[in-house]
Amino acid sequence: MTWEVVMGLEVHLQLATRSKIFSGSSTQFGASPNVQADAVDLGMPGMLPVLNEEAVRFAVKFGLGIGARIGKRSIFDRKNYFYPDLPKGYQISQFFDPIVCEGVFEVPSSDGSLLPIRITRAHLEEDAGKSVHDIFSQESGIDLNRAGTPLLEIVTEPDFRNADQAVAYLKALHSLVTYLGISDGNMAEGSMRCDINISLREKGSETLGTRAEIKNVNSFRFVERAIYREVERQADILDSGGTITQETRLYDAERDETRSMRSKEVANDYRYFPEPDLLPIEIDQAYIDAVRDSLPELPAAKRARLVSEYQLGEYDAALLVPDHAAAAFFEEVARLSGAAKPAANWILGDLTGALNRADLTIEASPISAEALAGLIVRIEDGTLSSKLAKQVFEGLWQAEGTTDEIIAARGLKQVSDAGELEKWVDDVISANPNQLAQYLAADETKRKKLSGFFVGQIMKASQGQANPKLLNELLIKKLNNQS
Amino acid sequence: MSISQEDVEKVALLARLSIAQTDLPEVTERFGRVLQLVNELNTIDTEGVAPMSNPHDMVQRLRPDVVTGSDEREALMSCAPAQDQGYFLVPKVID
Repeated sequence: MTWEVVMGLEVHLQLATRSKIFSGSSTQFGASPNVQADAVDLGMPGMLPVLNEEAVRFAVKFGLGIGARIGKRSIFDRKNYFYPDLPKGYQISQFFDPIVCEGVFEVPSSDGSLLPIRITRAHLEEDAGKSVHDIFSQESGIDLNRAGTPLLEIVTEPDFRNADQAVAYLKALHSLVTYLGISDGNMAEGSMRCDINISLREKGSETLGTRAEIKNVNSFRFVERAIYREVERQADILDSGGTITQETRLYDAERDETRSMRSKEVANDYRYFPEPDLLPIEIDQAYIDAVRDSLPELPAAKRARLVSEYQLGEYDAALLVPDHAAAAFFEEVARLSGAAKPAANWILGDLTGALNRADLTIEASPISAEALAGLIVRIEDGTLSSKLAKQVFEGLWQAEGTTDEIIAARGLKQVSDAGELEKWVDDVISANPNQLAQYLAADETKRKKLSGFFVGQIMKASQGQANPKLLNELLIKKLNNQS
Repeated sequence: MSISQEDVEKVALLARLSIAQTDLPEVTERFGRVLQLVNELNTIDTEGVAPMSNPHDMVQRLRPDVVTGSDEREALMSCAPAQDQGYFLVPKVID
């Protein structure tokens, strides 16, 4: 049987507010357990939530960023369940009237086309605390520092048909929210966590199969793996005539498998009702307009502009744009050097390679945009060949100084002087009579190949400093005059 | 609408309430009386009336995004039945 995969995603995005959604506790990651949890976060009797205005603004920014309808009157609801990391016994969420309503997010796919993903809704809620299972042998430890961190839960329609689409969506979403500045997007610290609703149906069928939900996957790679494994599992069951149980599963990266979360099975009855401790949020058009005016240039617009303004190819633009810092770095290098294409090549090639090897982000690059622009200027004006430029790049990375200082210190200046070049050419030709004879006996096409030997020898003799273009012209002229 | 004893047991489980088997018939009966009242309200024609989420005719006031909390762990943990190394301790929960 051929099965079609049908998936919808729910992303829990931690919003980059300084304080929590309903209390004045800090949201800073990495503090000692329970030092950033106050009486509100702990659900102490009589405590009342007070809504953080920045969380509301960030949610509206997101809604406008994907062109969704903003819920002008939205309401918080209680989602009731018991778990030790949720001391109140309910999570304050939005069920009936979310702050962000339907919209469409256009995801650029690898072939350059746009994949429209329908966003069902995005709503504000509070994060739960963390349970720690590996410190204590007999008990679980509870750290409530995360409790009350503002989350935006972004829910899609079942519009995904394969893992590639899901990963492309998550990457585009990550790029969008970091451009908007509403989340730090740090997946390793849990700032973006994904639930995958996944079902299979017979190809061509319009009805949906029974779905399983894979909870809390926190990296692009794990999302991809989890989908592969879950599709396999469901296909195996269906192929052998079985039925899928609707349940919550988790992805175990170490064993590379999904498995059932038994503890969550009984509890799937949340008995939502309006949160009596919070009044409705009203958002007027003036507020929406002001937030819209504050939006920065977003990834889709930036991609289009890099192509039109700098004549970059779609491919280069697509690589530079997702990381806000990389795009800014590129624009700075392009502006300072006046050479956009070489700027893109150096950033996407040597610089990215070096940063990856050193496990650094572009913000922490030892080579500043100004320094890289200095290097490109010296390539463009003919001072440096591409070979010498790589040596200067090494010097810049090692913080040996500016491009001009490194050229002087390492003696890397490209030699374009005809007299000096001529001397190297003459020396190499007379030192290699056998190769010269071979060259002269060869026909036109073979000669081209054989001349490479002489170029190599001269480059060696000049320690890479000979201007390759001039050298080549001079060499061919000299060789052809030998007969 | 009447309510069954099984419904009451399910609601009790979800609310983590322990109801003795001997009390169940009486609780079910009283629960049913509350539902009767709700059913009576349900007969009112509410066509065109917007659902009310809060009895106060007001909208939510927002607070600025400022950290005002400080480390109150010691005081807040003093009422916890079990704690160690800054964590609240609970019976082992693992999925």
